[in-house]
Amino acid sequence: MSDTATPPDAVTITVDGKQIEAHKGEMVIAAAERAGIYIPRFCYHPRMRPVGMCRMCLVQIKGPRGFQLQPACYVPVADGQEVVTTSPEVKKVQDGILEFLLVNHPLDCPVCDKGGECPLQDQTFAYGPGETRFVEEKRHWEKPIALSDVVLIDRERCIQCDRCTRFADEVAGDPLIEFMSRGAKTEVNTFPDQPFASYFSGNTVQICPVGALLAKPYRFRARPWDLEQVESTCTQCAVGCRVAVQSSNDDLTRYLGIDSDAVNHGWLCDKGRFSYEAVNSDDRLGRPLVKRGGELVQTTWADALDAAGEAISAAVSSAGSGSVAVIGGARLANEDQYAWAKLAKCVIGTDNVDAQLGDGLPAEVVLGLPRATIDDCDTASAIVLLGPDVKEELPVLYLRLRRAALEKKVPLVEVASGRTGMTRYATTVVPCLPSDQAGALRKALAGGLRDQLGGNPVVVLGRPSLAEPADGVVAAAALLADIPGVRFLSALRRGNVHGALDMGLAPGILPGRVALDAGRDWFTAFWGSAPESGGLDTRGILEAAADGRIGTLVLLGADPVSDFPDRDLAQRGLDGARFVIAVDAFLTASSRQADLVLPAAMFAERPGTTTNLEGRVSRLGQKVTAPEVAWPDWMIAAELAARLGGDLGFLSLDGIWDEIVRVAPAYAGINRTTLGTRGHRDGIVVPVPEGTVLDTEMPPATDVTVGQERDAGEGEIDPVETPGIASVESHGVPVQAHDPAAAETAGPAAESDAEAAAGRPRPALIEWDRAASGTTAAKPDAYALRLVVGRKLYDNGVNVQMSPSLAPLAKQPVLRVHPSDLDRLGVKSGGVVRLRSPQLTTTITAEADPTLPRGTAALPFNVPGIEVAAMIDASKPANEIAIETP
Amino acid sequence: MPLTDVDRITTRRIGNADSWTLRSYLDNGGYAGLRKALQIGREAVHEEVNKANLLGRGGAGFEAGRKWGMLRQADPTYLVINGDESEPATFKDHMLIEGDPHQIIEGTLITAFAIGAAQAFIYIRGEFALGFERMQQALNEAYEHGAVGHDIFGSGWSIDVVIHPGAGAYICGEETALLESLEGKRGFPRIKPPYYPAAIGLYGAPTVVNNVETMSNIPWIVVNGGDAFAALGAGRSTGTRIFALSGHVNQPGNYELEMVKPTFRDIIFDPRCGNGIRNGNEVKIIIPGGASSPWFGPQHLDVPLGQDEVGKADGVMPGGGGSMLGSGSIVVMDETTCPVRAAWRLVRFFERESCGQCTPCREGTGWLSKILYRIETGSGRREDLDLLYDISDNIIPGMPWPYPMTTICFLGPSAAVPTVSAMQMFRDEFLVHVKDGGCPYE
Amino acid sequence: MARLSKENVERAERTIALYPHARSALIPLLHLVQEQDGHLTNDGMEHVAELLGLTPAEVLGTASFYDMFFTHPVGTYLVSVCTNIACMLNGAYELLEHAEQTLGVKAGATTPDGTFTLEEVECLALCGNAPCLTVNWRFFGDVTDDSFDGLVDDLRAGRLADTIPPHGTHARVARSVGLVAAGPAKAAPAKKPRAAAVVDNKGDSAPEPRSGERK
Ligand SMILES: Cc1cc2nc3c(=O)[nH]c(=O)nc-3n(C[C@H](O)[C@H](O)[C@H](O)COP(=O)(O)O)c2cc1C
Ligand code: SF4
Ligand code: FES
Repeated sequence: MSDTATPPDAVTITVDGKQIEAHKGEMVIAAAERAGIYIPRFCYHPRMRPVGMCRMCLVQIKGPRGFQLQPACYVPVADGQEVVTTSPEVKKVQDGILEFLLVNHPLDCPVCDKGGECPLQDQTFAYGPGETRFVEEKRHWEKPIALSDVVLIDRERCIQCDRCTRFADEVAGDPLIEFMSRGAKTEVNTFPDQPFASYFSGNTVQICPVGALLAKPYRFRARPWDLEQVESTCTQCAVGCRVAVQSSNDDLTRYLGIDSDAVNHGWLCDKGRFSYEAVNSDDRLGRPLVKRGGELVQTTWADALDAAGEAISAAVSSAGSGSVAVIGGARLANEDQYAWAKLAKCVIGTDNVDAQLGDGLPAEVVLGLPRATIDDCDTASAIVLLGPDVKEELPVLYLRLRRAALEKKVPLVEVASGRTGMTRYATTVVPCLPSDQAGALRKALAGGLRDQLGGNPVVVLGRPSLAEPADGVVAAAALLADIPGVRFLSALRRGNVHGALDMGLAPGILPGRVALDAGRDWFTAFWGSAPESGGLDTRGILEAAADGRIGTLVLLGADPVSDFPDRDLAQRGLDGARFVIAVDAFLTASSRQADLVLPAAMFAERPGTTTNLEGRVSRLGQKVTAPEVAWPDWMIAAELAARLGGDLGFLSLDGIWDEIVRVAPAYAGINRTTLGTRGHRDGIVVPVPEGTVLDTEMPPATDVTVGQERDAGEGEIDPVETPGIASVESHGVPVQAHDPAAAETAGPAAESDAEAAAGRPRPALIEWDRAASGTTAAKPDAYALRLVVGRKLYDNGVNVQMSPSLAPLAKQPVLRVHPSDLDRLGVKSGGVVRLRSPQLTTTITAEADPTLPRGTAALPFNVPGIEVAAMIDASKPANEIAIETP
Repeated sequence: MPLTDVDRITTRRIGNADSWTLRSYLDNGGYAGLRKALQIGREAVHEEVNKANLLGRGGAGFEAGRKWGMLRQADPTYLVINGDESEPATFKDHMLIEGDPHQIIEGTLITAFAIGAAQAFIYIRGEFALGFERMQQALNEAYEHGAVGHDIFGSGWSIDVVIHPGAGAYICGEETALLESLEGKRGFPRIKPPYYPAAIGLYGAPTVVNNVETMSNIPWIVVNGGDAFAALGAGRSTGTRIFALSGHVNQPGNYELEMVKPTFRDIIFDPRCGNGIRNGNEVKIIIPGGASSPWFGPQHLDVPLGQDEVGKADGVMPGGGGSMLGSGSIVVMDETTCPVRAAWRLVRFFERESCGQCTPCREGTGWLSKILYRIETGSGRREDLDLLYDISDNIIPGMPWPYPMTTICFLGPSAAVPTVSAMQMFRDEFLVHVKDGGCPYE
Repeated sequence: MARLSKENVERAERTIALYPHARSALIPLLHLVQEQDGHLTNDGMEHVAELLGLTPAEVLGTASFYDMFFTHPVGTYLVSVCTNIACMLNGAYELLEHAEQTLGVKAGATTPDGTFTLEEVECLALCGNAPCLTVNWRFFGDVTDDSFDGLVDDLRAGRLADTIPPHGTHARVARSVGLVAAGPAKAAPAKKPRAAAVVDNKGDSAPEPRSGERK
């Protein structure tokens, strides 16, 4: 042991004669585990309050009356405590508990999803009695019944550990499943006809220590010993949960959340969890398509790339590089994004590049404000919510914020026009009219809110409504940016949108969080050229295209027709562009209209890195091969560059990463070796502060697998925390995401090389000049309702629609309005109204919502049954509709 | 004379006309204790109760005064009165609730005053519909009388009392399950240690939980002094106690007797109590303190009715030790009783009442009851005896009295206790069941 | 089979006000639903959930723990025969068998006319008068086969309508005072505790306590 002083919260306890250090407040079971002494358990889960119910963890703990049997999961450590976990008495008791658990447990392991990865099965082998002494009739229940559209329960297998029910209540805040009845008749169930419709329901399947809870999509699909897995980062939204991607026969079979302390605590949302179905979809694009006679027909890559190259060259030569534009890119990995940014900004020379679809924030706002991590929310003096409904758009961030509010008691201030999933937990709600966030906030700050915010508040910043420009919320952010100690957590939602911004897929931005003007010389030194002036954002690009000023429009995994909040403009843009190239995994409303469609690899089909909303860079794993000849996006960019007579200068993903680390200032120091080490399993938040020592120790080759690291370098995966991970690891063949031999190209030395090569110091990172402030829309006229449009977790997006289990979860929308606005029409809540916008008229169910300001109407974006995007005019400071009796 | 002839304390008004009304209560010295308590102050009240050495009458027999003293100082604190009486063969609280509700309310008020509680709740077993009505009626009258509510008897002290109904679950008599139930939840006992209600109780606030009979003693103690109470009984068991006598005795009923002075023989055979066994039969089994207590046999007839006397008797549990006075209910069975059937019926009770949260109880009680039923109905196997012992051992390792346990609360162990008691005392009869393929008493 | 009536919502709100935390009123409110509808209807439970800010699943999770709550219809008279130790020793199983014959249904079932539901229950705390039973939780001790049949006749003939309300009514005495703040008396009482008339008090005409009293 080193001679460093023991931490102030350390206590020493003795377990089986071994002295171990423990943290004050932790339970004996956790302290023992860190010291390598594994106490069996079922109900204990490290991310939930202990309940001490299953009694499997009974050990002897010395008290005033000698050694007593106590549940190790429920007894906190105390200095000098003596614990015995291996005595004959303990062994006898644990055998006994296991036998009790088995008496009513069916013997259907061979047909059980959990067979092979079941803690009950495993512990029976490890600790259990040999033969059953139970000759009575077992308990009977109707075999699996549905708790929801995706989760089933087999109550005969349930061991009443309270994990699922605790999760639903304590973690998700959706107490829709409960213990029902009593004693041996206890079952987990819902209220009749009220399903367990939680966005997080799949987690209960993940943490069930037996095969009681079943995921419909996974049921009977695979056996653990046939599975392989790799560690990755979910890119369904920008939270970036750590995930174990499992496959069988080159098909994705399951995602399981990995316990990342910094990010997801092991949880996933159901959209993320079941979205692998979209990757497996038969509708995936596997070959390039070209439009001939109005039809998309298959072609070869060679012909497709030729056609793309010609179209781009033609546009450049006839109207300059600015007549080429790229929309999208948030679906891509960082390396892909860098390749596309370099293709656009260097090889083609256009800055008309935007990964956001008019639903985000200006890049300089996101990149140029002091950034917060999710963990910062736990210790913040207050959390200000100034953005979308995080429960709908960033579900696991919702779990973390909810926990910060309830468990860490951080005050939550919500600035919103109407209730969100977070409102229940808000200590203060600042109601605002749509687009008047700044006005409402200014008033509230002056009225005492400033004091409530304390010295280190975190602002969760995003777009509250797609029916109004970002100006209002940007102006509000400017007000908050003046508070000393404030930090911002981006609530932009698209998968790797933060990587896209970091890699330069935004107008006026170069890779590594550098403004175009500040970084032009630096990048010119490496790339040979950089755009002369700042380009257009997506709205500008679409307007230019509609005006006939765009020769070639590239849709990089973007579907503006469905996804841009102005359907009319999006369509006019596609119509007006002379040539449209779509790089996509599916035919969407937009890519269907393209002249050329290039099939791209998706999540789990290519390795790389991704950057989450904190700026946390973590690795993506590859587990399956892309359909037919779909390519990773970076390869498409590289080949296109060659067709254009350029050379991106790299032949491999690793090569790209090495270049990023070298030239993208915010990413300096994050070389591949570092990213692969145990100590950085949770990723690395960029930029790495000056003077930080990163772990550069190589991981052992066998260790590029998954699992929670409880303490750097030590500790095993708890097979009971997330049963499916530990067992698969021992059966599967993990993919090696990194080539250890290819390390050390980009160390600190390489970085100073970069400065030498550029002949100048690294450019400074962008800061937001917030002199420019937002505008406030004029008051709507008396009979118009101002639109507030937010997203739903389950929508018409391809990932939901192409996942058969998720698609039915996208629900018909309702219009929410203030009760007085319904009263005016004499319509009851739940009644039908006619909705009129300048662009279209339709009927819809209306619901009274007293939390909305009078004169506003809330609608969900891009859901089945209503074309809300068609009601939005992106050029207006606000959009209005009217409602009438039908 | 085996029975001492002292005045009864808790049952002295029972049998009076309309004993449950305020009128009748006031006519018989009602609310004098509360008035005196308000006069002498809370410390003095506590002191009297300490001197009385009043042992809790709910089952655990913890000194009431000491419990009050353990209350963590915080704001608020609560007082909760346990009137959930559901222990098989226990029926004394039922009588007190229906027969003398004001006495309980008065005791509750004095206690709340002494411990500085912010509010008091009297939890009444759901099935006691009449009892609930009588309690509610009495409380309404007490409010009207100025004995409860705002500025009680002009003292400046105020408190609110709520009569709260249960809804049918034995486990809610266990004090922490009772608190959960009172919080509107499933009656799951809380894990303890470390949390005693005095530290973390109702809504997480420090809480004293006392039994209805315990409360019924308080007014008398305040009026007559703790020393007068302590002068009754002997050793740690002071005062009188209501013994609920049932089974094969000629005169079952509740008998308030001075503690320690009488023995089991006295209460069973004295003409003023049990008046002997029906048909002049013999005593075969005595359950000395509620269904959860280890059984006694005829050899224990001369054990005095005192907490330590019963606790330290030479009992039948294989790991040694005696039994308990528990809830003060005594069941007597004569030689026509099948011990397998008796044990099964008790175990079946615990199976049905298990809350189900902890494994050994949820699964073990059912397993024990199924095996006992099989033996009783003729499908027993020789190895079932060892199995019953081993299952019991996995619930109460070593099977001594008092026992260590693998469960959260005492309910699960309470199923092992009669199982083991019956086998210890009547192994031969078990074997006859196995051999003959059925119950010889049928 | 409905949500709580206006009058019952008022009763519910008065009950909720008695507790520091609303959820504590859950069991009393469920008794109220059962009194109104005869059993716990889904509508009733959902209404209670709304009143207390819970999910219906939480309400049912609690309700289903307790034996006195029924989520399916119960006869007008719920006859609960104790078979626990003291009653068993005094012929309870024989009584139960007799009851099954008299009523023509097995324990756990309801007569076709919906008048009686028979159930076997655990110790009712009237062991001094074993065997015993309750009808809608009103006690009867020292029950013989003959007295059981007499009781059934009385119930059928409506002769006990005053003492035994229909299934679900837990108590016919309501609290007559609102919540009174605790602590040392404040300068002036906010409101003199109202000693209103006792609601529908049939307590005095209810059966005598049957607990075995000292003889
Ligand atoms: C399973 C179980 C059931 C109990 N039932 C009751 C009961 O019905 N009434 C009661 O007063 N105490 C009961 N107790 C005891 C209580 O937990 C608690 O000790 C008692 O109410 C404290 O009051 P006292 O100190 O005044 O006796 C029970 C205990 C257990 C373990
Ligand atoms: S011993 Fe039985 S009643 Fe007690 S907590 Fe465990 S399961 Fe519940
Ligand atoms: S009781 Fe400790 S893990 Fe279940």
